Amino acid sequence: MQDRNHLSHVKLTHKAKVITNGLLDIPMLQLLDETGKPTKDSELPKIDQELAQKILESMHYTRLLDERMIGAQRQGRISFYLASRGEEAATVASAVALDANDMIMSQYREQGALVFRGYTTQQFMNQMFSNQEDPNKGRQMPIHYGDKALNFMTISSPLGTQIPQASGYAYGQKMAGKDAITICYFGEGAASEGDFHAGLNMAAVLNCPCIFFCRNNGYAISTPAEEQFAGDGIASRGIGYGVNTIRVDGNDVLAVYAATQIAREMALEKKCPVLIEAMTYRLSAHSTSDDPTGYRSKEEEQQWAKKDPITRFEAWMQTKGWLDEKAIEAFKDKTRADILNALKVAEKVPVCPIEDIIEDVYDTPPWHLQKQLDELKAHINKYPEHYPKTANRDKKGAN
Amino acid sequence: MAKMNLLQAINSALISMMEQNERVMVFGEDVGHFGGVFRATSNLQQKFGKARCFNTPLTEQGIIGFANGLAAQGSVPVAEIQFGDYIFPAFDQIVNETAKWRYRSGGQFSCGTLTIRTPYGGGIAGGHYHSQSPEAFFAHIPGMKIVIPRNPYQAKGLLISSIKDDNPVLFMEPKRLYRAAVGEVPETDYELPLGKADTVKEGSDITLLAWGAQVEIVEKAAALAEEQGISCEIIDLQSILPWDAETVINSVYKTGRLLINHEAPLTGGFASEIAATVQQECFLYLEAPIARVCGLDTPYPLAHEKEYMPDHLKTFEAIKRTMDY
Repeated sequence: MQDRNHLSHVKLTHKAKVITNGLLDIPMLQLLDETGKPTKDSELPKIDQELAQKILESMHYTRLLDERMIGAQRQGRISFYLASRGEEAATVASAVALDANDMIMSQYREQGALVFRGYTTQQFMNQMFSNQEDPNKGRQMPIHYGDKALNFMTISSPLGTQIPQASGYAYGQKMAGKDAITICYFGEGAASEGDFHAGLNMAAVLNCPCIFFCRNNGYAISTPAEEQFAGDGIASRGIGYGVNTIRVDGNDVLAVYAATQIAREMALEKKCPVLIEAMTYRLSAHSTSDDPTGYRSKEEEQQWAKKDPITRFEAWMQTKGWLDEKAIEAFKDKTRADILNALKVAEKVPVCPIEDIIEDVYDTPPWHLQKQLDELKAHINKYPEHYPKTANRDKKGAN
Repeated sequence: MAKMNLLQAINSALISMMEQNERVMVFGEDVGHFGGVFRATSNLQQKFGKARCFNTPLTEQGIIGFANGLAAQGSVPVAEIQFGDYIFPAFDQIVNETAKWRYRSGGQFSCGTLTIRTPYGGGIAGGHYHSQSPEAFFAHIPGMKIVIPRNPYQAKGLLISSIKDDNPVLFMEPKRLYRAAVGEVPETDYELPLGKADTVKEGSDITLLAWGAQVEIVEKAAALAEEQGISCEIIDLQSILPWDAETVINSVYKTGRLLINHEAPLTGGFASEIAATVQQECFLYLEAPIARVCGLDTPYPLAHEKEYMPDHLKTFEAIKRTMDY
């Protein structure tokens, strides 16, 4: 919070000057071209083979998880899924640049970050099957992950709400003297919400050590970016709010990694927010409830498939002599098998007992919730065949 | 003990919480150096520094979004919304975030440390955008607590309890009484229980239930009724959510009659919820229908404020009608 005169930086003009060009000419950082070759004069971030391998595996894992769970949804085993195909570099490589103590506040398409943090296959499955092993206790639709141990804030569906929250979380980290920041993910569609503007402005004014990471993937469900905003993407808004801003090729692992490293250092040292706009493309449908054939062409999708972030990173690893295709195939086979096994385990675990329905509304259930639970239990016991998940169970959930 | 008005009592509660716990932070529009448009946060920035008591940009959704994140982080935010009438841009953050955070995360994270302070209510010639009583909107949100004090003593004790409580609390302050209500308030800390009503006066013929600034209105009506030999029991509900049904029900068992008074419009007001519960629990004890004396189902008027208000005379008439039923 600095004292400033709101006119001190303003120059005078004596001819009416209307600024007519909304395009600010903000460049996009690209370190690997679409064939995986380092771009001219590019300075690549420090990365060893082990880390490159982990990044690649995390991206493959994310894609395999997506494929399998879309299948599970089609089979009717889970109600809903939301894939991130095409955006794995943006979510995985940004997480790589963070410290494990940094808080991640995500939107819903950032499973790549969670994979990199070490969320286990069984944890993914327990959440998606809403069973009693899910730390959210089966209260949210599939993909609304949250894990305190991994500093991954539980996701909520309303778009953009996490943006001002991230400002507040980061302010709290700063006040507590923590050597940590908050990263907040969202899409270009969510950046139309009032919460985006409120959150960025507050973070800038209150000097919150926070990275706002926008995945500009071209679509908000069916609405293309050109029907979402008229200005120069989301990056231009950061500049308007006085937030340090960088635009990056979101399909380039090394560029995303480098940009997020720079942003993190800046946020932590200068105690300020940084906006990253990652230009990418949602190759998948918005969710399992969506069908993109109604609003975009196969040709467009094919154009972007050529820029696939995994292929590009593999091509670069190949030039380094780090790509072991056999090992990757083995990893993929093992991952598929692990996912299937964990899925089979998770779908057999019961849901939480009915007593849980009133827990966590408050720190302890008040009288009216207890009364409502008692009435509900009496009703369930009267018609047990109609409520098979919860009838005749003890508190631990055994039938 | 010291003589304080309601604003001073709130200021005193904030000072004592900020002294006790360095994680308590107070913020909102104009609350910094200026001390808030009503001066409830006077001297806090001077005492505790700009990092713990600060102005925010003019964005209610931003203030509550920021406060939610700060609370989830483990700090203890006390966020001010300058007028209850302007809380609605933050409605989504309160309904979908503040109140559901603990539930949706299975208790891993929560906004339990958050307190939202906001002035509410009429009687200050504020028209429809500086006079509303929006408590019923928030009473429909599982996970929230709503607290409304009636005088300086209750204000300090209830605000301290709200800040210490591990649930998000919407603390609504009757702005008409900010300077008008003066009383003895301990200078030291004390807590008053949340979720408990306060029986202000015992009586045997009819129970009069109100909260906030309306408590003194029903007290005035009760004095008129007593002159006619009607013994009134007066209850200040204090907590709208969760509300103390037990105290109200026990009182109605005794008196057989209930009148509920609130400033907010009649339809869908919190009196409806109370009336439904009381008729369920006390059906065979009721000597007369439950009376509601409330605001009209109009936007809060300006020139007709006096006519709109559920004042002591309207309350007195409703007491007589209930007694004569």
